[in-house]
Amino acid sequence: MQITSAQYKHCDLVKPSGRIDSATAPQFAEALDQIMAKGQYKIAIDFSQVEFISSAGLRVLINTQKLCKRYNRGEVALASVPENILSALELAGFTTLFKIYEDVLTAVGSF
Amino acid sequence: MEVSRKPLIVHTAVFPARYESLASISQFIRQAAAQAELDSTGVYRVDSAVDEACSNIIEHAYGNRVTGNIECTCQIDDTALTIILRDYGRPFNPNAIPEPDVTAPLEERTDHGLGLLFIRKWMDEVHYEFSEQGNTLTLVKYRKPPKQ
Repeated sequence: MQITSAQYKHCDLVKPSGRIDSATAPQFAEALDQIMAKGQYKIAIDFSQVEFISSAGLRVLINTQKLCKRYNRGEVALASVPENILSALELAGFTTLFKIYEDVLTAVGSF
Repeated sequence: MEVSRKPLIVHTAVFPARYESLASISQFIRQAAAQAELDSTGVYRVDSAVDEACSNIIEHAYGNRVTGNIECTCQIDDTALTIILRDYGRPFNPNAIPEPDVTAPLEERTDHGLGLLFIRKWMDEVHYEFSEQGNTLTLVKYRKPPKQ
């Protein structure tokens, strides 16, 4: 898995690519932790290049969302989620916990 | 007419029980799922269930020790893709774990049990056996909906 991050005026954008599984989830968590460590809690995640996410990756998402939403200081939004990953998010009941946008531009613009 | 369950194709591979093996296991499973002519959703779901099952074996059966292996056998017959995962760690029965509440509000969500949800919901049959010879988890995905 590879991850790139970019800072925008109103949010940070994270773009993982490849597989997010038990081996790579710590790297995904670290990228998100680094953003929160800067005091940024408005985060958009571009899923367009993610091939697979396991429950280990979902744990990272839920823990990050809890931290970001604390004190109403921000939230995590998801963008360009491939169909199979969306059905994983639906099964896990995540579609009520995260705003999901069709494309990155709309997600970034929502903050 | 009786449906034949005689395997037409069998693939077996052994992987070291560590998280770094998950990508190779996925590749092995995806090839078998494609050979069983599952559609892309079916391939993803089998990949997901096996990833979760193997992650559990690594975490719970072997406790993250790097000394064990996971033996993975894929059988394809007329009706199904059957994946048999065998390990020699501590017995861990995924069927004994309760399902997480996926409707709870954010603050009440626990971060465990989701993997088992994927195994149960995305496979058509899940069987677990343990004996002194090891633990065997059998995951079955029908190639087509079974005839009523």
